[in-house]
Amino acid sequence: MATHHGGLTATRTVRVQGLLRRFGERAVLDGFDLEIGAGEFVALLGRSGSGKSTLLRALAGLDGDVQGSGLVDVPENSSVVFQDARLLPWQRVLDNVLLGLRGPDAPQRGLAALAEVGLAGRERAWPNELSGGEQQRVALARALVSEPELLLADEPFGALDALTRLRMHGLLRELCARHRPTVLLVTHDVDEAITLADRVLLLDAGRIAVDVAIDLPAPRSHRQSQFLAYRETLLRALGVDPTEA
Amino acid sequence: MTATTLTRPRPAATVPAGRPRRRLKPGRPIPFGGAVGPLLLLAVWAAGSAAGWLDPRTLSAPWTVVTTAGDLIADGRLQDNLAISAQRAGLGLVIGTVIGTVLALLAGLSRWGEAILDGPIQIKRAIPALALIPLLVLWFGIGEQMKVITITLGVFVPVYIHTHNGLRTIDTRYVELGESLRLRRTDFIRRIVLPGALPGFLLGMRFAVVGAWLSLVVVEQINSTSGIGYMMELAREYGQTDVIIVGLVLYGLLGLLSDGAVRLAQRRALSWRRTMAD
Repeated sequence: MATHHGGLTATRTVRVQGLLRRFGERAVLDGFDLEIGAGEFVALLGRSGSGKSTLLRALAGLDGDVQGSGLVDVPENSSVVFQDARLLPWQRVLDNVLLGLRGPDAPQRGLAALAEVGLAGRERAWPNELSGGEQQRVALARALVSEPELLLADEPFGALDALTRLRMHGLLRELCARHRPTVLLVTHDVDEAITLADRVLLLDAGRIAVDVAIDLPAPRSHRQSQFLAYRETLLRALGVDPTEA
Repeated sequence: MTATTLTRPRPAATVPAGRPRRRLKPGRPIPFGGAVGPLLLLAVWAAGSAAGWLDPRTLSAPWTVVTTAGDLIADGRLQDNLAISAQRAGLGLVIGTVIGTVLALLAGLSRWGEAILDGPIQIKRAIPALALIPLLVLWFGIGEQMKVITITLGVFVPVYIHTHNGLRTIDTRYVELGESLRLRRTDFIRRIVLPGALPGFLLGMRFAVVGAWLSLVVVEQINSTSGIGYMMELAREYGQTDVIIVGLVLYGLLGLLSDGAVRLAQRRALSWRRTMAD
């Protein structure tokens, strides 16, 4: 069980209030507020430098060196998926998944998590024997094996080729449907955001410029006129002409 | 000629058939490649002795050395001295390795540890072992204690330097990963720090094993009554070149074998790495 602190209600997983994060003179986030409901899949869009990674790192508690203040209320039991798979090269695949996992049933859970991402039988492989997509799937298994309440993903598919990325979208949707974590997915890909998320936030200069719920039946695709409407709104907010993108 | 860079003819885009692309790796490993250099040296030595270019009083022939070694083994002197030498070197190596590793961990994982330890170790590193011996003799006498301490002092420095360097060059992304997984400190050290520093540690060990034998020479030729160094020192007084050579060959072999053992361990322990040597 995760320990809640700061009086979090059952329906709210993330609460951020008056968040300030500055690098030197430049405040990337200033007076930033955000709430994410339990089980919600939120995609965070924004141009580079808009503060999306800064926000994610603040939620993950990985910004101890950064100057700042404000309230960050997140479940203790949260996992991070980085843009690089970040597997320890000196540990075999299963040991990478088990990193930080305790309890006598840990190996069984690790094997189950690997099977879930389609890598059953590769437990004994070294990370550098896997393809980029496979490595990122191991990273997903590692993030989900602890049954996190909150999954923070920092452009997890950014380094993958387009085909692999599409396959990973399907896998992530499947895994989230099964485990029901709250998800914050940082991405620069508008289509990825609309395909995967229940709600899309667009960050611009440290402020939420767009906060839109995506109400689309599955399977989501470009053929849905509503999909294209969301796409146009978000691209315009990003300063891109939708007819050119 | 303002458009030189634009009009310069380019090399053909396709590589001509039959000419393979230049390989930048050193190529396939040679079987028993490590033995080629030493065997070549032995061949030159044997040829020099056989042709009479080498005066036996300056450098005994390889076969004389083999016969002498046989005699020394027959009367038990070689084994006894070797056993004592190996015990000293081994003891110094173990103690020095433990000390070097612990100090590297302390200095690598804490800023205070580094502030306190790193300076003195660098100073120790700059002082030759020979220069320390008079002081060590005054403090610890001329017995076994002084010998093992001298070897330990020679061993811990390379282990410290390379392990510390290995620790410090662990990618911070892995440290961040450990933080994001809320690893306990012991798990962090066991799963990330120690394996990450292992390549450095093993490189340090290669220097340390050879260093242990080197320090042995120094301590056994001063105020000693046993060991290979003593055997050689005695031979010097009697002008027995062949016995001196036996000692030298022994030192060389021991160094080569122990270095080989560490390299084998290196290959086993670091099989996850893909490097130019593979």
